Amino acid sequence: MLIHISTKDGVPIYLQVVNQIKYLVAAGRLTAGEELPPIRGLAEQLLVNPNTIARAYRELEAAGIVEKRRTAGTYVSDQGSPLARRERLKILTDRIDALVAEAMQMNVDLNDVVKLVQQRHAALQITETKE
Amino acid sequence: MYDPLPSTAPPLIEISRVTRQFGSRTALNDVSLAVPRGGVFGLIGGNGAGKTTLIKHMMGLLKAQQGSVRVFGLDPIQHPVETLGRIGYLSEERDLPDWMQVRELIRYTQAFYPNWDEAFAEELRQTFDLDAKAVVRNLSRGQRARAGLLVALAHRPDLLVLDEPSSGLDPVVRRDILGAIIRTIAEEGRTVLFSSHLLDEVERVADWVAIIHEGRILLTASMDEIKDRHRRLTLRFTESVDRPPALVGALSFEGAGTEWTYICSGESRQLRLAAEALGATVVDDASLTLDEIFVSRIQG
Repeated sequence: MLIHISTKDGVPIYLQVVNQIKYLVAAGRLTAGEELPPIRGLAEQLLVNPNTIARAYRELEAAGIVEKRRTAGTYVSDQGSPLARRERLKILTDRIDALVAEAMQMNVDLNDVVKLVQQRHAALQITETKE
Repeated sequence: MYDPLPSTAPPLIEISRVTRQFGSRTALNDVSLAVPRGGVFGLIGGNGAGKTTLIKHMMGLLKAQQGSVRVFGLDPIQHPVETLGRIGYLSEERDLPDWMQVRELIRYTQAFYPNWDEAFAEELRQTFDLDAKAVVRNLSRGQRARAGLLVALAHRPDLLVLDEPSSGLDPVVRRDILGAIIRTIAEEGRTVLFSSHLLDEVERVADWVAIIHEGRILLTASMDEIKDRHRRLTLRFTESVDRPPALVGALSFEGAGTEWTYICSGESRQLRLAAEALGATVVDDASLTLDEIFVSRIQG
């Protein structure tokens, strides 16, 4: 599980862990039933306070992203919760914001951007069929 | 995992109204501080702020001229064995006996501590890649810090005190030190107090923070509280102003014309209400790094 912690932009560390695990789940890189690393192990790996990881796991549990099991481990919950969809849309929204901002800066019309997105979608579908 | 909530148990270290003069210079000015049991306590301040002087009082190396110092409920000057025997200490100068080999340093330090864990000492020596036969004088700066850390950790102290542990070290050795702090508190009930001016490290590992400046404690709180209660608000005013109106809780501001950014102490919701009461629109509301909070506090 690849998580990157930055102390440059002020975002609380527990929140960085929460957001990145949500992202990994929404992006399908952590799948339902998969076990998260133990708190102490992740704390030592990321060099952060174990309490911070414990808090992140509690928040993820409260949001229904992960669940504790009797065997003491923390596991990714079953997908399909409305939150997973909301998270997926949120990730896309962030990307779209960046794209729109860049297009505006380069003086590219919004309609052209939409057209380009559709073209790329078509192109990717062709590649997928070939595979 | 230990309980992060403040408990009713007496603090592990209790400093009450300690003042210390060196000649005409006041190094500590009416300092009070309570370090709770369990977790990591970060003492932050610039050079000459009083961090080392305060730590030396905790270690019984300096006697309080006024006020009192209690460690494990005892005066460290009157009860050095009962206090120092439970503390692992890495001083800023890393004052180790220079003429000894690493293995001699280990044997020598072991003699002072009944709880010395020989297997753990050997494990640390190997992890830190310290040559048993190397003479302390010839160790690099990083290896010297690791040797100091080894002898501070190997008796599994209830309290680990590190004075500027990362100062002047490369990132690899700094990782070892942060790792040691994390492993120490992950073992139940142990407490770490460390001083640092590397605030990104403090932000990573500290549960509690005290800011010391010119011999005074400016702020003591949990890291969560400090992070929650400081915000950077960017406000847009309807008309251009040379100097923005005062905002409750603002520690500093910068900007020009209609857009001004304030560093504030307070909760987000209340700060937003205060800003709106001034007729401003909040265009950005962001968290701050510990570094930014520290700078705004000592300038304020």
